[in-house]
Amino acid sequence: MSRALVSVPPRARRGEVVEIRAMVQHEMETGFRPLPQGGFVPRLILRRFECDYDGATVFAADLHPAISANPYIAFRLRATRSGELVFRWIDDRGAVREERAAIEVA
Amino acid sequence: MRRAALAAVALAALGAAAAAWAQSAGGDARRPGSAFMSRETQAMQRDDKANPGMLSVLEGEELWKAPAGPAGRSCASCHGADAASMDGVAARHPAFDPARGEAIDLAGRIAQCREESQGAPAPRREGRELLALTTFVAHRSRGARVSTGEDARLAPTIEAGRRLWQARLGQLNLSCAQCHDDNAGMKLGASTIPEAHPTGYPIYRLEWQDIGSLQRRIRGCLTGVRAEPFAYGAPEYVALEAFLMDRARGMEMETPGVRP
Ligand code: HEC
Ligand code: HEC
Repeated sequence: MSRALVSVPPRARRGEVVEIRAMVQHEMETGFRPLPQGGFVPRLILRRFECDYDGATVFAADLHPAISANPYIAFRLRATRSGELVFRWIDDRGAVREERAAIEVA
Repeated sequence: MRRAALAAVALAALGAAAAAWAQSAGGDARRPGSAFMSRETQAMQRDDKANPGMLSVLEGEELWKAPAGPAGRSCASCHGADAASMDGVAARHPAFDPARGEAIDLAGRIAQCREESQGAPAPRREGRELLALTTFVAHRSRGARVSTGEDARLAPTIEAGRRLWQARLGQLNLSCAQCHDDNAGMKLGASTIPEAHPTGYPIYRLEWQDIGSLQRRIRGCLTGVRAEPFAYGAPEYVALEAFLMDRARGMEMETPGVRP
């Protein structure tokens, strides 16, 4: 299993806008790298990133072969209630990598 | 003509004065590779949630705890789960290995433990497993002062490294010293020539999109001057590393560094 590093402030005030960051280990093999014997290294990239906050998707992105290895994604979120953030990365073969972090809102 | 010569003398005097000032103020004129980077790359290195090298630290930590070899022993079973016994270890490698009577670098030492203490297959140089373990162990030295070179038994290795450093190499017929001692801070194409302190290794290099060792970095410089690079693990790299660590003595370790 690959490693992921997510950054979520453990606590926030209700209505506060906080920064959420997520980085995951992945080679993002583009499919354009030639092999010495001809042909190409088969493409294997993360195709989609999603983040759910308390059950609803609040951020999503489609990823493409030009995105670097170990992609890093940062976005802002309005903290409305205590709950769990679920980060999800989905690759070309449909394999899913999940990471979770809680935020407490007062 | 005379004016130009005078200006040159004045500049040289200024340079000498600046150097004297740096020394008299107890200042250290040496600068780690991170000091030559853009602010954005510096910020990336400083922030553990943005530094991609930290992914290798995490991977190494998992390997540290995982049983390996026929007896199913983990690194943790001998050296402790919290790895506190590894604090500062990278700052004094390459170290003298009394059993073999020669210097050994950190990755070599870890590979030796994997083979001889765990009875597991020898990990491949620059392979994922050895890089992750080395990054994990070296991260435990972050902030420690480099002390390689205090061990007198390393003197011949350091001397061999110094000779390589000063030797002209490759079709371009350039020595490491000509770039890194004489022209540090100047531009080579789009890159700034750093002083080549090995304090951030293994590093995550954005160009590689991956973590890599000092040996891989030096190979880049060797092919850059169109010289035949030494094979991974070659004693020449250990000698160069020992020389560079001695030259960086007292500087702070920064593993995992990020480089452009
Ligand atoms: C032609 C000039 C040149 C020569 C000769 C050269 N290098 Fe370099 N070296 C560079 C440049 C430029 C960089 C930085 C590259 C970059 O940032 O992309 C570099 C980077 C390095 C680094 C990385 C430093 C850091 O902070 O991460 C080390 C170590 C190094 N060189 C060692 C060597 C050694 C050892 C030799 C001799 C075998 C050598 N170099 C020869 C130009 C040179
Ligand atoms: C069976 C016990 C055992 C296992 C398992 C083991 N080691 Fe060791 N290791 C040792 C001994 C003994 C030494 C030598 C200690 C000394 O010289 O003081 C050593 C030394 C080292 C050193 C040098 C320490 C220093 O202070 O210079 C490193 C680094 C190291 N081991 C890393 C590892 C790693 C990484 C693993 C797992 C891949 C591992 N070891 C697995 C027993 C073990």
